[in-house]
Amino acid sequence: MIKLVDVHKSFKRQKVLNGINLEIEDGKTTVIIGGSGGGKSVLLKHMIGLLRPDSGQVLVDGVDIASLNDRDLNEIRKKFGMLFQEAALFDSMNVMENIAFPLREHTRKKNDEIRQIVEQRLKAVGLSGVEEKMPSELSGGMRKRVGLARAIALHPRIVLFDEPTTGLDPVMTEAINELIMETQRNFDLTCVVISHDVQSIFKVGHRIAMLYEGKIIEYGTSEAIHNSSNPVLRQFLSGSLEGPISVM
Amino acid sequence: MNRISAVIDRFGRAVLDNIEEMGKILILFLSVLMWMVRPPLKLRLIFKQMEFVGVKSIFVVVLTGTFTGMVMALQGYYGFRMFNAESLVGSTVALGMTRELGPVLTALMVTARAGSAMAAELGTMRVTEQIDALSVMAANPVKHLIVPRIIAGVVMLPALTIVSDFMGILGGYFVGVPILHINEGAFIKNITKMVDLGDIYNGLIKAAFFGLILSLVGCYKGFNTTGGAEGVGKATTEAVVLASVSILISDYFLTAIMF
Repeated sequence: MIKLVDVHKSFKRQKVLNGINLEIEDGKTTVIIGGSGGGKSVLLKHMIGLLRPDSGQVLVDGVDIASLNDRDLNEIRKKFGMLFQEAALFDSMNVMENIAFPLREHTRKKNDEIRQIVEQRLKAVGLSGVEEKMPSELSGGMRKRVGLARAIALHPRIVLFDEPTTGLDPVMTEAINELIMETQRNFDLTCVVISHDVQSIFKVGHRIAMLYEGKIIEYGTSEAIHNSSNPVLRQFLSGSLEGPISVM
Repeated sequence: MNRISAVIDRFGRAVLDNIEEMGKILILFLSVLMWMVRPPLKLRLIFKQMEFVGVKSIFVVVLTGTFTGMVMALQGYYGFRMFNAESLVGSTVALGMTRELGPVLTALMVTARAGSAMAAELGTMRVTEQIDALSVMAANPVKHLIVPRIIAGVVMLPALTIVSDFMGILGGYFVGVPILHINEGAFIKNITKMVDLGDIYNGLIKAAFFGLILSLVGCYKGFNTTGGAEGVGKATTEAVVLASVSILISDYFLTAIMF
């Protein structure tokens, strides 16, 4: 389980996280929503130790990862997979090598076995026959699928998604949403998804948290969030210019 | 008064920023040393970088080395002719190449070719989150990306310098003997008489040091890139300028210590 306790983070003089308290439930998909530049990605990066908080705790299975050294942090990271916004595939490697990377790094599996796992993972994300392609030869949607295949290569318990549907057309957005749900079910994952795509939020999320001005202002089931009367949440979900969220 | 304090403030800030940057480069270097001795060594990545830094730089190093030797012979000939000492052209070219021009020119050419590429490649990896992806997969980015480049720089620069030295002397020979009609025996004899192994070794030690500078600066600038495509361009330019200046400045101090 991931638990954030009173997490604060500033960059220079800008306060991005201002006392975050959040508990991610095991085996569920939690979607974190909020405005662009509101600190969602920063929050996600704290969960996997890419950023360390100025104060507060980030607990993964009861261990405060903010206070771990690199070696211990890497042990914790093996429980995680992450799909980055632009997939972050390694340019210099083909699809096969990209997905095989974590397997080669952390297991002693032979080449044949690795190839078999890569093919399985690619099948799980609805791709096949792209093993030899370079990332530059793939479309945005395919890159995200390969990124997801790489994220689940080591069969992690937790997968983090940083805006998985940003920049995709509606059909591909739907396909990626289906894929997230299917992967979560099939691999029994705890998923944390960052998104501001309202349709996707209610489709994939079992739990939804709203981040506003550096704090979690609302957290609950998708139904509870849907029926919430919180004016910030209402404005965000309706996409209205009128309300407490200022865009100018 | 305000203007004076603003100037002092800006100067002080620049000095502090530079000191901070030097500190960060030093910390990165210590981190590289630590990861270098932790097994397993990524041999495939090291050889790939050695090929990129070394093998693929041979053509440009051969070209600069040869023409530098040729022009040195030409210039030396005009000077020495006044004292009827043309036979010293060969040893002048050989000493100049092995002690100074071989290592320095090779380092500057490799900085332009490979140091800039290191900054650009790592910078692109940083802004497209590929370095974060490495960390997330519990793979240390310093070990995977920087250690192989530093080893390649330190090992391949001396190797390229040997090529440059040889081609420079050969270029000097072709201008000196067939074109300027310097006596071949005297030309070669003076080289063997005046250049000893110490000159060559010290030149190679310099080259290894320059290899460390150019790869460390290239990696540091690339690794700490911010700000998208513009940031990558800025990091690349800064890497080439900082590495080139550092090579030329450190060359003076190394020469003062060694010779």
